[in-house]
Amino acid sequence: MSDTAERVKKIVVEHLGVEAEKVTEEASFIDDLGADSLDIVELVMAFEEEFGVEIPDDAAEKIGTVKDAITYIDSNKA
Amino acid sequence: MRRVVVTGLGLVTPLGAEVELVWANILAGKSGAARITRFDATDYVCQIACEVKPADHEYGFDPNKRVDHKVQRQVDPFIIYGIDAAGQALEDAGLTEMTEEQSYRAGLSIGSGIGGLPGIESESLVLAAKGPRRVSPHFVHGRLINLISGQVSIKYGLRGPNHAVVTACSTGAHAIGDAARMIAMDDADVMLAGGAEGAICPLGIAGFSQAKALSTHFNDTPEKGSRPYDKDRDGFVMGEGAGVVVLEEYEHARARGAKIYAEVIGYGLSGDAYHVTAPHPEGSGAYRAMEMALKKAGLKPEDIDYINAHGTSTPMGDELELGAVRRLFGDAIENVSMSSTKSAIGHLLGGAGAVEAIFCILAMRDQIVPPTLNLDNPSDGVMGVDLVPHVAKKREVRAVLNNSFGFGGTNASLVMVPVRD
Repeated sequence: MSDTAERVKKIVVEHLGVEAEKVTEEASFIDDLGADSLDIVELVMAFEEEFGVEIPDDAAEKIGTVKDAITYIDSNKA
Repeated sequence: MRRVVVTGLGLVTPLGAEVELVWANILAGKSGAARITRFDATDYVCQIACEVKPADHEYGFDPNKRVDHKVQRQVDPFIIYGIDAAGQALEDAGLTEMTEEQSYRAGLSIGSGIGGLPGIESESLVLAAKGPRRVSPHFVHGRLINLISGQVSIKYGLRGPNHAVVTACSTGAHAIGDAARMIAMDDADVMLAGGAEGAICPLGIAGFSQAKALSTHFNDTPEKGSRPYDKDRDGFVMGEGAGVVVLEEYEHARARGAKIYAEVIGYGLSGDAYHVTAPHPEGSGAYRAMEMALKKAGLKPEDIDYINAHGTSTPMGDELELGAVRRLFGDAIENVSMSSTKSAIGHLLGGAGAVEAIFCILAMRDQIVPPTLNLDNPSDGVMGVDLVPHVAKKREVRAVLNNSFGFGGTNASLVMVPVRD
């Protein structure tokens, strides 16, 4: 697992209060991990803080799964 | 008029987060006061408070018992305390599972005096330091006062009236009184009612200190700070926590064989129309609230055996309240016991009236009245009244009066009795 993936999963576990095993790369934040739209806003903020990236609202809307987040961060981080 | 009884109790306090444990600690004369641990209070004139203790303390509070991890991260402490106390009360009443039909007749009236002050304080610092895009999306609904009622209704599926009282330090008593009326008026059969507070934070302590409301001379002996009616009292000690009761229509409770603690038979409300923080110099608002509650109850002063006083330990308030009681009760004051449990757990502000209503109910159940701690040298103005100094007292308790008064000149009194068929 990449360093980005590990750090993303840690944030997801902490923020959503879900078991680590459930946070697979294919997992959908809303359908599989019980997040709502506000949780997504909070997760995106946490990703921005952790990785020093900026995730604009239109990009954030396209992040549906754990993998989407990892991919976005890897291609945009400094 | 439909009768309203109490069928469940829940408490989160500085002396425990379980009703029987809190009551045992209160009767044993323990104090929940200590030096403030939530932040470094070195520069503050008041450095003491009655904090809810951490889970590993002998009478600590474990938020994980009834509040989801995710919710805990999103909301202020007063909401966490309120959800837990409401859960305890529902469990005690045996009402955690309801049919859909029952749920439409079950509501909430759980308020707070201040709401999410710690979160407002900390998030405003985030805004100042990092800008608007770092403010939490949960900021607003994690701080709003009606979000105890909101969260509890979602968690337990209560679909009836969803209400919240905000009347400063009389919130808890008003919440119970108002909810009782909703049941009496047939708006609901079951109501969770009470109040919560969690405002022990730098801004809360600084704000109340600047209003000259807090005790400042007992920083080295915190357990001595809350001393209602004593000559050396110098302000209240801030507490935190929650009290929630299940109110239920009498026949509804009987039909399901519920344990019935007490009946709410009187509720009085009044306003001082005098000053934002100081009570009316003749205690006229307090007098009228008590008078109305007794009248609604159909009782006379001599029927009341115990008064849980507002008695915050401020120089002015305690004697004015007692003066009002003296005038209303006349000769009957000789038989009444009146104590302030704020001497043990501090002032829970919006939670106080509900927590103290629960102590009143337990006083009737066990026929014992809780003590006023630290009453070493009673003020001249309080002589000749049984203020239950230092130790709990076994005595007959046929009916109770619970007083709560708040900033803004708002007053509430409740009268309760053991249930009578």
